[in-house]
Amino acid sequence: MKAWRTALTALLCAGLALALGAAMLALPGFAVRLPGQVAANLDDSGVAHPVTAVLLNFRGYDTLLEVAVLLLALLGVFALSLHGSGHARPSAPAHPVLQTLARLLAPLMVLVAGYLLWIGAHAPGGAFQAGAVLAAAGVLLRLAGLLPAWAQPGRLLRGGLALGLLVFLAVAAAALAQGSLLQYPLAYAGPLILLVEAGLTLSIGLTLAGLYLASAGWRQ
Amino acid sequence: MSAALLYALTGAALFAIGLAGLLLQPHLLRKILAFNILGSGVFLILVGLGQRDGTIDPVPQAMVLTGIVVAIAATALALALARQLLDLTGQMRLPEDRSDAEPVDD
Repeated sequence: MKAWRTALTALLCAGLALALGAAMLALPGFAVRLPGQVAANLDDSGVAHPVTAVLLNFRGYDTLLEVAVLLLALLGVFALSLHGSGHARPSAPAHPVLQTLARLLAPLMVLVAGYLLWIGAHAPGGAFQAGAVLAAAGVLLRLAGLLPAWAQPGRLLRGGLALGLLVFLAVAAAALAQGSLLQYPLAYAGPLILLVEAGLTLSIGLTLAGLYLASAGWRQ
Repeated sequence: MSAALLYALTGAALFAIGLAGLLLQPHLLRKILAFNILGSGVFLILVGLGQRDGTIDPVPQAMVLTGIVVAIAATALALALARQLLDLTGQMRLPEDRSDAEPVDD
């Protein structure tokens, strides 16, 4: 009975893959030329890289809501970690080689994050990539035993977590005077995007690291 | 067939593999991994189909970048919930998956 059900499910999933593939092969051409529209408006966006322009300017509200979702997920992890864990395991002391490596790498990773944030204006890079590198530095430091887990994040940490969303909201509210949501004034678009991205980098880095560090505290 | 279409077709295959894993694997960690494979398939379809005429479309790329970050956050929350379930019940399975296994006495 169980083997029969498994085979049927696998067969149905394979059929779905074939149907999806057939639908993709039969797709008509593009009705709207988005790359052309992005390229045509790139000069007004304040940045020179099309993906950054879409993320922070043309579809800025996507990014705004995404940061809110990220914060919400972290709040969920915090709420769960309040209950503590019955699976207590003593954390083993980290290897000295790992500790030395983490001490060497962490400042370099912060430097790389800053570079990625800056280069995002005209090449692949930006707040998300920079935030991911920052978060990786946090996780690495935690694994080396150099960073405490977040049992109860303090006021400063909570401020840092919310900073990206708050800066983004403040810019959106200020730009609202222009008439529509997140339509930056032409002259200030570049600096405003850099300001938003800097806040986002810090908050995304802290949030992603926090998703790990908050639950890492359960072991103690 | 262009390379972009090949990406999209691979994405469809990944989507089906992830869906099968999500339905068939009772262990929650495997379900979460399967869900990530399913999501990666969707990202590959979006990026692949977005450039099927040869020009790279930045809009699906930005959407996928957004999606990746949300997927990470969702995975972390799912892992925390699974951990909570393990603490409460001692099992990494959902109740409906437990019923056809041997009965648990607790």
